[in-house]
Amino acid sequence: MSSDLTELGVAAIRDGVAKGEFTAVEVAEAFNANVAAAAALNAFIVTTPEQALEAAKANDAKRAAGQPLGKMGGVPIGMKDLFATKGVQTTAASHILEGFTPQYESTVSQKLWDAGAGMLGKLNLDQFAMGSSNETSYFGNVISPWRRNDGGNAALAPGGSSGGSSAAVAARLAPAATGTDTGGSIRQPAAFVGISGIKPTYGRCSRWGIVAFASSLDQAGPMARDVRDCAIMLEAMAGFDPKDATSLNLPVPEWEAGLNGDLRGKKVGIPREYRMDGMDADVAASWDRGIEWLKDAGAEIVDVSLPHTKYALPAYYIIAPAEASSNLARYDGVRYGLRDLPDGAGLQDMYAATRAAGFGAEVKRRILIGTYVLSAGFYDAYYTQAQKVRTLIAQDFKNAFTQCDVILAPTAPTAAFGLGEKSDDPLSMYLNDVFAVPASLAGLPAMSVPAGLNREGLPLGLQIVGKAFDEQGVLNAGLAIEARAQFSAKPEKWW
Amino acid sequence: MSSYRIQGATGEWEVVIGLEVHAQVTSQSKLFSGAATAFGAEPNTQVSLVDAAMPGMLPVPNRECIRQAVRTGMAINAQINKWSRFDRKNYFYADLPQGYQISQLYHPLVGEGTIEVILDEKDPEGSTKTIGIERIHVEQDAGKLMHDQHPTMSYVDLNRSGVALMEIVSRPDMRSPAEAGAYLAKLRQILRYVGSCDGNMDQGSMRADVNVSVRRPGEPFGTRTETKNVNSVRFVMAVVESEARRQVGVIEDGGQVVQETRLYDPDKNETRSMRSKEDAHDYRYFPDPDLLPLELDDAFLEECKASLPELPDAKRHRYKTALGLSPYDAAQLTLEVETFQQFEEMLDAVVKASGKAERDLAKRVANWLLSERAGVLKGIDLGAAHPKNTVAANVALIVAANDGVISGSKAKEIFAAYLTSDIDLAAEIEANKQTSDTGAIEAAIARILADNADKVAEFKAGKEALFGFFVGQTMKAMQGKANPQVVNELLRKALA
Repeated sequence: MSSDLTELGVAAIRDGVAKGEFTAVEVAEAFNANVAAAAALNAFIVTTPEQALEAAKANDAKRAAGQPLGKMGGVPIGMKDLFATKGVQTTAASHILEGFTPQYESTVSQKLWDAGAGMLGKLNLDQFAMGSSNETSYFGNVISPWRRNDGGNAALAPGGSSGGSSAAVAARLAPAATGTDTGGSIRQPAAFVGISGIKPTYGRCSRWGIVAFASSLDQAGPMARDVRDCAIMLEAMAGFDPKDATSLNLPVPEWEAGLNGDLRGKKVGIPREYRMDGMDADVAASWDRGIEWLKDAGAEIVDVSLPHTKYALPAYYIIAPAEASSNLARYDGVRYGLRDLPDGAGLQDMYAATRAAGFGAEVKRRILIGTYVLSAGFYDAYYTQAQKVRTLIAQDFKNAFTQCDVILAPTAPTAAFGLGEKSDDPLSMYLNDVFAVPASLAGLPAMSVPAGLNREGLPLGLQIVGKAFDEQGVLNAGLAIEARAQFSAKPEKWW
Repeated sequence: MSSYRIQGATGEWEVVIGLEVHAQVTSQSKLFSGAATAFGAEPNTQVSLVDAAMPGMLPVPNRECIRQAVRTGMAINAQINKWSRFDRKNYFYADLPQGYQISQLYHPLVGEGTIEVILDEKDPEGSTKTIGIERIHVEQDAGKLMHDQHPTMSYVDLNRSGVALMEIVSRPDMRSPAEAGAYLAKLRQILRYVGSCDGNMDQGSMRADVNVSVRRPGEPFGTRTETKNVNSVRFVMAVVESEARRQVGVIEDGGQVVQETRLYDPDKNETRSMRSKEDAHDYRYFPDPDLLPLELDDAFLEECKASLPELPDAKRHRYKTALGLSPYDAAQLTLEVETFQQFEEMLDAVVKASGKAERDLAKRVANWLLSERAGVLKGIDLGAAHPKNTVAANVALIVAANDGVISGSKAKEIFAAYLTSDIDLAAEIEANKQTSDTGAIEAAIARILADNADKVAEFKAGKEALFGFFVGQTMKAMQGKANPQVVNELLRKALA
């Protein structure tokens, strides 16, 4: 029975529990068992089977009492370890926060618990969400459940930074998981493992209680098996929060109810600047198939231009590190987390020792970059310039959306790469975010849906970017692709 | 033009002063969190998750703090920027949990304004000077380090962390210690009128960074130093004086003034170097990405404007013109909020009790408040804070004296007795009712003149000063209850 239940997604579990086809406890136990058996994937930093069970019991009791269940009633999920969870260690996959147990619950996770979800555990990620492969985690990299079809056992990256989330959902350790996306951290890992994930419009989900990476870019979103599951979970996660000054004060639409894959009358923009020289042939072919699918769904395809695309990545790698260098200043060994106080050391020595020991190499690299671009004499040349580019990129999208309703592009320039393949070359690693970053800079909703396998048997994702606040348009285009891609591949269990 | 000059060995020097005043905004909660702001609480009892910079915590602007800063800007006739923004000032220190202070560098809330100061407090009609204000911005205060709790460690108290401050930056428009002192006192007065800062300098609610440079009169500005956290008007004046003298000394000895941050030592009355420009932090200011730009709408600004009280200059003017008070009295009464509040409350009550016009009573109430009662309170435990020093008691005595029921000196006596014993005020006034009974007074006068025939002769020979002696004797004979005016008239008649 349990192997069957873990094949179910959010909607199926929610509906099955509500109808009494199985109990929430059975579901939780099934996923707890899969989690326990998947240590080799290193997807979780902490597992919390008892919390998953407790939530399940509460849902079963509610149902027995004839009360209606929440949007996520009976659904156990994985929680990216960037969300503060009351009483459960929250590390951002860093040594500096190892052992830190918040006395508070992030707004988004609280909303999920309120909607009836339960927590299977805290998911591994790139340290402070900085990375595209999960290799920067202090707790060791997550290993993708996928392998190439070449018969080799090369360990592959699950993507990043939400790599624990992507691996867990793909490996059936959880029907869904939270992710956060600063420059592609939901979409790229979703694409790498053949699942769906959406980054909503900036401000849809409260950032309160999420360990900050780059405040003006960070957005939480769901990662799940399919588009419907994403819609359901996003409804539970989104909503105005007076504790976040950048939170959108708008009602949360009923995205699930609004799902409609019929795209007649809709226009889909294809940005010519995304078709780059030397593009991976499988990725290009997948994009072309996506265009055909959307035509088939009734959409009109139009050519659009996003002329400043090539400046997006450089601008992102100025703005995000700049904000991070300041956001991470609070980890100083004074109040919580790691403190390294050498004998006879003064305050400055304590800072230096604590931060040297507590941060990984990639985090240090970004703090250094960010400190540099904000420093006197360089600020205008870097930070101010990057903000101007950001404005131009947002303007590009605005112009494009006068001609189309959504934009279709690949999620990432490649399929999953092998662990270690790019870790010595940060630039090539950063380039993996080239298609994801523009929508982040513009604050637009964007999602990745599985579009098939490449010649190595690895999943490829297609990305849909929508107008601000038009998550529905994004989800609907995703649904149209999903219906035609018929993606049913799953990793063969080796762990 | 100020004629204040430092007399150096090589000639005269002019001093140039600018002040950056940090004023704690009066509000129940902090600038970006709901934690309380009360002074003197136990360490770390007024700290929210935001103030302690826990992971994932976010600032949310406190509308009341913004409102108070806007009202302050309006009170100094400043430009209010409907669009402003918060910036992060990044540096590491143990009293700064976030690793940055949220402040406003690039787009402050309040732009240029002015304050007019009276240069000689004792001469309110004398010359005035207009001091320019460059800007007011709002920012977070830091916590406090405690070095006396442990032999090798310092402790941190975060109660102040995140409390809202206004930084009020003047132009370098002041030219003497007196001008700097007058500016700070006037600014404090305005803040207290507006209610945006309690002005308690001894509690650190208001403190000044004093920028001083010297130059030959008429020459360009010299290099300035900044003396941090000076916490009284008197100390600001002392800093200007001692720092200007030090700079003159340095220059005249062939040296150069170094741009640096200095600290004032009140015990030695001197400033000393804290850190030079070379050690200055690179604060890496940038817009705080956790906060949207602050946009103020017209309704908000109108409410701010409408809620402003009558300000010191306007009040002083009204006291002179509408109430007919002397410039000195008007200035004294409007100096402190508590004083004008008492004055207006008492005047109001006296008007009601006596049915006379404000203008006819203002002088009487002012005299009582500023001199007669002030004299009584000086000799009393607790002074003005005495629990029986109520408006009602004051008003009863003012009305009785004004109506001629008791004499002014009797009112003072009764008030002193009332504060120090448990007499009944109404009964005491009744018992000390002065008499205008001309028969009794005439009888007393006749007796006194008879007993002092020699003095009468001297008076009549031209020693006018003896009139006071006869008044005194008569009042004494009447046990202080005779109406002085009647006594005067009858004495004049009897001695004619």
